[in-house]
Amino acid sequence: MDQIEILKKLNGIFNQVLHDPAIVLKSETTASDVEGWDSLTHVQLIFAIEKEFKIRFSALEIQQFANVGDICQKIQERQGSRAC
Amino acid sequence: MMDYNQLLGNLTKDFSGLARVKIAVLGEIPTQHMVKATRSWGYEAGLDLDIFEGAFDKIDQEILDSSSVLYQFKPEFVFIFPSLDKWKERFYSCALSDKAGFSDRFLEQVRMFYEALSKRMPVKLVMANMPGFDDRVFGNYANKTRLSWLYQVRRINVGLMELSQQIPDLFINDIAALNETRGSKELWDVRNDINIHMPYSLDGISVIARNAVDIIQASRGHFKKCLILDLDNTLWGGVVADEGLENIQIGGLGIGKAFSDLQRWVKQLKERGILLAVCSKNDLPVAEEPFLKHPDMILRKEDFVVFMVNWDAKPDNIHLIAQKLNIGFDAMVFVDDSTFERQLVKSHCPGLTVVDMPEDPSEYLGFLQGLNLFETSSYVQEDRDRTQQYQEESSRQQARSLFINQDDFLQNLSMRAVIGTLDTFVVPRAAQLTQRSNQFNLRTVRYSIQDIQRLKDSEDHLHFTVSLKDKFGDYGLIGLVILKKMHPALFIDTWIMSCRVFQRNVEHLMLNEMANLARQNGFDLLVGEYCPTPKNGIVKGLYQQTGFVTDGSQWMLNVSSCKPLNHYITVV
Repeated sequence: MDQIEILKKLNGIFNQVLHDPAIVLKSETTASDVEGWDSLTHVQLIFAIEKEFKIRFSALEIQQFANVGDICQKIQERQGSRAC
Repeated sequence: MMDYNQLLGNLTKDFSGLARVKIAVLGEIPTQHMVKATRSWGYEAGLDLDIFEGAFDKIDQEILDSSSVLYQFKPEFVFIFPSLDKWKERFYSCALSDKAGFSDRFLEQVRMFYEALSKRMPVKLVMANMPGFDDRVFGNYANKTRLSWLYQVRRINVGLMELSQQIPDLFINDIAALNETRGSKELWDVRNDINIHMPYSLDGISVIARNAVDIIQASRGHFKKCLILDLDNTLWGGVVADEGLENIQIGGLGIGKAFSDLQRWVKQLKERGILLAVCSKNDLPVAEEPFLKHPDMILRKEDFVVFMVNWDAKPDNIHLIAQKLNIGFDAMVFVDDSTFERQLVKSHCPGLTVVDMPEDPSEYLGFLQGLNLFETSSYVQEDRDRTQQYQEESSRQQARSLFINQDDFLQNLSMRAVIGTLDTFVVPRAAQLTQRSNQFNLRTVRYSIQDIQRLKDSEDHLHFTVSLKDKFGDYGLIGLVILKKMHPALFIDTWIMSCRVFQRNVEHLMLNEMANLARQNGFDLLVGEYCPTPKNGIVKGLYQQTGFVTDGSQWMLNVSSCKPLNHYITVV
């Protein structure tokens, strides 16, 4: 799955979890750019992402995601390593 | 089960018309996720939960400060979630000499919380217990020393059980049991614990919140009273009509153990007070045979209150069962291995719990147990006798068909009633009546054991109970009246009769007694109120039929001029 596809899926998850169809994500989008993306909903977002992509992040990764691009990249890494 | 994010979809739904219940959620852990999940599960259960969320890790302040917002909010239930981590840290850091008695500290605190809360408002406290994770500091030796965390945490949980048996309004949200049945991998997520100090996974939160809502529902009188079971491939393996009595799988044959285990569990439910019914497409003699002749059958015919075995559609039979037992679909559970029958029943019996059984019979029992279908808020002597009482009732129904005239039938029953006071022994049953009775219940006010105890000793109230016997058997305590003194009137706060004694004129006896009490205590009037619910339509016209007059909202009866109402019951 390439970055664009992943971003598209992520966008769907954000729309659903945050109940906001208007959210449009870019790689550089951070939590402060998205209304409702706080430390609580972050847990819900990670939960949904892990279910969707069937991957698992570490505690530190969850804490350190600075923007959407970081998440995309980590998803791609995990999926890649699983394919090997 | 819905996952957490799906569950939260309920939050944007329409809660109007749902029953409103105020609850408070206090935690040593962050409770925001718990609060959302609880409100969402409330929606599934038909509740509009109004939730006060205490500040993070400020339980003491919320409870001990009588001016706190908690007391202005006046919740019906207070849920407390302690932090396993924090208690473990406290244990680790306390002096060696304090370790052996550590669990007492926890239990003391719970008792203190309850006392502080109940001093300021009537409330049910629901305390979460703690899973007994062993830290393996001692290995298996932890069992042999009081100085281990394992010993202390297990003692905390047993201590909570004992405390909740002493304090009727203390309930336990049994996270330890959930942890054992669902598994710690599902319930906990150490990453959440590290990042936001919230130890559970979101799926775990959902399971725990649902458990909390089960507790609320049961104490509001919403619980299951009857289990309806199919026979072939549900209670035993195989089809008895095709394979013959000796070839059905029960006991030693094939996977018979799976069905034996299920039957053993069902028998325990019966003994707890759940009524059992059979609903099976079969010829009656064939279906009866295993119950009468098979040596490995654990359930016997007399364990069931209704045996619906015929070739009619199952929804029709279930309607008949509901009628016979005089209970609603929402108090019944239907278990059948056939997807076809389940679909049919689902679409024709609204509100009935239809269990989507797993394919493999060896999974039946674990699956059913995992659903926690039979939550209750009480367990008294009457529950143990419930099956027998319904069986006596069907003998009565048969006798009744011999009489054309209802009065002749009632006279022939030789009914004897005892009008009793609310003494200590009947308090639990009286509370249960207020929780279980939905039909003959004029105001549907639910009382806990603690509430009834308060009312029993109250100077401002009069009350009595009615127990009834007839020639077929003993109904036990079936009526409760609580009257509030409001000179010159006595207000009928509670007037309840069990559905098992409808159409016996017991209500006449009860009203006569109310009038007597009023006269003896110098009151002129009885004042009553009918508060409609979806289930108490049967008493809508009661006050009018018994001679009360209305001012539009309340009903009044002048006790000096009213005549006693007719009945055929001897008061002994």
